[in-house]
Amino acid sequence: MIVRELELDLDAFEGPFDLLLTLVLKDELDLRDLDVAGIVLAFLERLADHDRLDLEACGEFLVLISALLELKARGLFPDEAAELAELEPEEAAEELARRLAEYRRMKEAAQWLRDRLDSEGDRFFRLGPAPLAPKVEQPLAPQDANRLADVLRFLAKEPAQVSLAHMALRFPPVAQFLDRFRAVLKKRSRIDFESEMTDLTRVEQAVAFLALLELRRNGEVTIEQAAPFAPIRISRTDVEREDSWTLRSA
Amino acid sequence: MDAPLRLISTNPLDQLAKTIEALLVVASAPLTPAELADAANDDVERVEAALGLVGERYREGRSGIVLEQVAGGWAFRASREAAEACSRLFEKPAQRNLSQASLETLAIVAYLGPCSRPDIARIRGVAADSAVANLLERGLIAEAGRSEDAGAIRYRTTPLFERIFGLESLSALPRLDDIGESTDEIRERLHAVAEQRTA
Repeated sequence: MIVRELELDLDAFEGPFDLLLTLVLKDELDLRDLDVAGIVLAFLERLADHDRLDLEACGEFLVLISALLELKARGLFPDEAAELAELEPEEAAEELARRLAEYRRMKEAAQWLRDRLDSEGDRFFRLGPAPLAPKVEQPLAPQDANRLADVLRFLAKEPAQVSLAHMALRFPPVAQFLDRFRAVLKKRSRIDFESEMTDLTRVEQAVAFLALLELRRNGEVTIEQAAPFAPIRISRTDVEREDSWTLRSA
Repeated sequence: MDAPLRLISTNPLDQLAKTIEALLVVASAPLTPAELADAANDDVERVEAALGLVGERYREGRSGIVLEQVAGGWAFRASREAAEACSRLFEKPAQRNLSQASLETLAIVAYLGPCSRPDIARIRGVAADSAVANLLERGLIAEAGRSEDAGAIRYRTTPLFERIFGLESLSALPRLDDIGESTDEIRERLHAVAEQRTA
């Protein structure tokens, strides 16, 4: 397993580990955007694919990832690094001691809180949201009683009935169109569906189409359409048979 | 003089004590003498005197309810004798399973607050985000404006914190300057290291 060829798929970077390192070293990728934990996870997943532990790869990875982490840590505290770098060793030691002492004090304080929690563990009291403060009343200016009456009268009026008539769909019976198609086909052997529909409403056209399908099911007609949305041609079945006979005999 | 006449004698102290008792039993958070005085329509000195009477009646060992001065005000709580019974019926969600990280963060906010997440991270040396979120959710700390330089949100402890830890106010926290010896030890050790490096 070669660490440098480890394929990564991170938010900030996608590609081999090798390229990532190059980009970081050339300052073309900001380490602050890089999820180092994501790289570790990718490596661990790859490691799990193998039966034997590749110590060499682990060692190399550890060196690379710790260098990356150090770079990232330094990048995260640029001011602090400069601040500390300017200090003389004694001053730096003093500063470090101050910080350690401060942290130690806070650890002591945390311990005090822990002890206090234990000793005050038998405190029970009512917990709840703060009670509602009394609402400030906003008095209305003097109002005209007639206006109030007008508004009430307006509100009391029964609203007009809304007509739903336009929403009703009335379906003509399919049989009506069956008869109509049969009548037309008796006179002419071939008809065009669209030209029969010119004076019909949408709903009637839909029912007519149902009637057409019914005729087809009964074997009374054949339906042809050269292409989607092309005119639908309807022929009487007996006519088709004559055609095919004519063709074959020709 | 335009001092209200009602203060002279119409409302004796024990009557005021009953009113205060009633206000405190309804309250879900400690009430200050000023708030009690406002509600009782009386003055603060008399409220404080009446609180003495109420406190005498509701004191540990005498009653199942105890009056205490806590979180900058006055509040009733259950007596310690009743704690076991209370614990069978009531949860303590705010302080249950507080982690070491949360306690350290809480200590920093209590002693140094208002302070921001970067301030906390600087002292603890690790990011404080999850500890702060945890304490916020528990209601032990709350937002307190933004810092002037970087504009980071700052946090302070809440009255609930003082109540849970039984503190009259934040000034009731012990002083931490007393743990000085260890600081000097660290300093000496670091100085020794610094000298070695410069030598």
